[in-house]
Amino acid sequence: MSRPDISVDICGVRLKNPVIAASGTYGFGEEYTDLYPLERLGGISCKGTTLQPKDGNIPPRIAETPSGILNSVGLQNPGVEHFIKTDLPRLKKQDVAVIANIAGAGIEDYAETAARLDETDVDIIEVNISCPNVKQGGATWGVTCAGAESVTKAVRNATKKPIMIKLTPNVTDITEIARAVEAQGADAVSLINTLLGMRIDINTRRPILHNNVGGLSGPAVFPVAVRMVWQVHNAIKLPIVGMGGISSAADAVEMMLAGASAVQIGTAIFNDPYVPIKVSQGIERYLSDNGIAKVSDIVGQVRPWE
Amino acid sequence: MSYFCGSYPIIEKKALAGQIYSYTLLCPQIAENAHIGQFVQIKAEGYMLRRPISICQTDKEKGTLRLVFEVRGGGTDKISQLGAGDMMDIIAPLGHGFTLSDAPNGKVIVVGGGIGVPPMLDIAKKYGENCTAILGFRSFDRIILDKDYFATGARTVLCTDDGSVGIKGTLAAPLKEELKSGAAAVYACGPVPMLKAAAEEARLAGVPCEVSLEQRMGCGVGACVVCACTVIRDGKKQVLRVCKDGPVFKGDEVVF
Ligand SMILES: Cc1cc2nc3c(=O)[nH]c(=O)nc-3n(C[C@H](O)[C@H](O)[C@H](O)COP(=O)(O)OP(=O)(O)OC[C@H]3O[C@@H](n4cnc5c(N)ncnc54)[C@H](O)[C@@H]3O)c2cc1C
Ligand SMILES: Cc1cc2nc3c(=O)[nH]c(=O)nc-3n(C[C@H](O)[C@H](O)[C@H](O)COP(=O)(O)O)c2cc1C
Ligand code: FES
Repeated sequence: MSRPDISVDICGVRLKNPVIAASGTYGFGEEYTDLYPLERLGGISCKGTTLQPKDGNIPPRIAETPSGILNSVGLQNPGVEHFIKTDLPRLKKQDVAVIANIAGAGIEDYAETAARLDETDVDIIEVNISCPNVKQGGATWGVTCAGAESVTKAVRNATKKPIMIKLTPNVTDITEIARAVEAQGADAVSLINTLLGMRIDINTRRPILHNNVGGLSGPAVFPVAVRMVWQVHNAIKLPIVGMGGISSAADAVEMMLAGASAVQIGTAIFNDPYVPIKVSQGIERYLSDNGIAKVSDIVGQVRPWE
Repeated sequence: MSYFCGSYPIIEKKALAGQIYSYTLLCPQIAENAHIGQFVQIKAEGYMLRRPISICQTDKEKGTLRLVFEVRGGGTDKISQLGAGDMMDIIAPLGHGFTLSDAPNGKVIVVGGGIGVPPMLDIAKKYGENCTAILGFRSFDRIILDKDYFATGARTVLCTDDGSVGIKGTLAAPLKEELKSGAAAVYACGPVPMLKAAAEEARLAGVPCEVSLEQRMGCGVGACVVCACTVIRDGKKQVLRVCKDGPVFKGDEVVF
C-alpha cells in the first residue's frame, strides 16, 4: 500500500499533517527550531494576541498538578502590530499553516484586532473567547451563548478570513455554545481551552499562582476534551480542531475518532519538545497498520454503544 | 546559541551535604556550547514539568557537564534516584549566562548563597587568584563545594547564618568590605534578598553587577512566557523571560 495521506483541510486551508502547536505553548514558532524546523508541523497557533501589548500577570504563573499544569500567563504579548510586522513575515516564509489567535477585553478589541489581521496573509484567525468581558464584571465571554454570539458576530463582520472560535470547557453545556457560534458564521471551532483550577501551598497557605486561580491543561484534561469534542461533533457541522491533554499519537487518533479533523498539542511539548513530530509519525503508522488510506477517513468514526 | 534535547549517560554521582547531589554527564555537544550561568531542564519521570538546574561546571575537553541540586520536592527526589550508568534526559544549554571579560579591569567578586553556590564555581575557576568568592550557607553541615572553590585559587570567604563556620550572618557585610578595595564586577546567585543586597552594594560602589534569577518555568526555552520577570531596560519597563532573556540579568535593571 502507498503511504497514507495525512494531510487535512480545515475550512479551506490545507495542512500537510493534522498536528498544530497549541496557542500559548509555542510562542511565535521561533523557540523550537534548534531541534527541528517548524515545517514539520501541520500548523502553528500563535500566542494569543491583543490589540495593544500586554504585560500579563504577576508570577508565579505556573503550578504543577497530577498529570498536568495550571497557568495564569494573563495574555502577555507584544500586540497585534508587532505580530504583523515582526512575526508574520518570518512565519509566512515557511511551509506551515499560520493561525493567529486573538483575544480582547471588549467586543471592539476583538473586531479591531481581526480587522488588522484581515489585511495580512494569516491563514486562519482563532478567536479565544475564554477572556474576561471587562464591561460585564469580568465573566468570560465564552460561558454564555449571548457572549459567544456577540464576539463571533463582531469578528465575522470584521474579516473574510476563515474564523475558528475556541471554546471554553467551563460551561454547563458546550453544545449550546457551539451551535450559537455556528449560527453566527464561524468557519470552525477549536476546543478545549483550559479548565479553571487552583493549587494551594499548605505551608504558606498561599495559592501557588499569584493570580490565585489558573487554567488546567495536560493529560489530566484529556478525557474531558474527548467527551466535549464528541458532543460538539454530534451537535454541529463545522470542522473541529481538538485539543486538551494530547501527548501521543494514540491520544490524537482518539481525539479524531471523537470528531476532530485536526489536533493541537500544548502542554505535552514542555515535557517532550518532539511530541508533535512523534504524533504525526504515529498517526501515519496507525493508518498504515490499519489499511486506512487517508486520515480524514477516521474523523468522527467512533462507534458509540447504542 | 543552540540547544539540544536528549538522554545522556551519568558518569559520576556524588552525595554532598544534606540532600544535595552532584551529577556529571557525558554530553560533548552540550558541553561545547555551554556558557557559565546557563541551565538545563531535567526530565523527572512521572512529572509533567522539567526541573531547571544551573550548570555547575563544564569541561569542554572531556565533554562533561556537572550539575548540583538539592532535593526539594517530588521532581528533584525522582531525579536524585538516578545513579551512575543511568541516562538523564535534559534540554541544554539554555538561557543567557554571565558576561565574563577575558581581561577584567581588577578582581571579580562572586557571591553565592546556599544552592546558589554551585553555578558560580566556573567563574572562580576562570579567574583563580583574581577572584574573591563569598559563599553563604545556613550552617556548617550545609556547606558544599568549599574544597572545589579552594582548589580554583580564588580567595574564598565562608559565611554561615548561625556562625558555626566563618563569618556569622549574611553576605552583605563581607561584600561591602571586599568592594572597598575595588572590583571589576560582582556576580551573584542565591535567594532574592541576597541578590537584592548584592545589587545594592555593587551599585553603591559603582561596580557592575549581574544576578541569576529563579522563576517557575514551563517550556524553559522562551515559548510560553510563564517565567516572567520585570526589568527596567533602556528607561522602559519590560516583562522579560527568565529562561531565555535570563536567568542572568544586570543587577541594576531587575525590579525585585
Ligand atoms: C534557572 C534556575 C536554575 C536553578 N538552579 C538550581 C541548581 O543549580 N540547584 C538547585 O538545587 N536548584 C536550582 N534551581 C531551583 C530548582 O529548579 C527547584 O528547586 C526545583 O525545580 C524544585 O523541584 P521539586 O520537584 O523539588 O519541587 P516541587 O515543589 O515539587 O516543584 C513543583 C514545581 O515548582 C517548580 N519550582 C519549585 N521551586 C522552584 C524554584 N526555586 N525555582 C524554579 N522552579 C521551582 C518546580 O520546577 C516544579 O515545576 C534553579 C531554578 C532556576 C529557575
Ligand atoms: C502556558 C499556556 C498558555 C496558553 N495561552 C493561550 C492563549 O494565549 N490563547 C489560547 O487560546 N489558549 C492558550 N492556552 C491554552 C492552550 O492553547 C490549550 O487550549 C490548552 O492548554 C489545552 O491543550 P494542552 O493540554 O495540549 O495544553 C495556553 C495554555 C498554556 C499551558
Ligand atoms: S519557561 Fe516558557 S518562556 Fe520561560
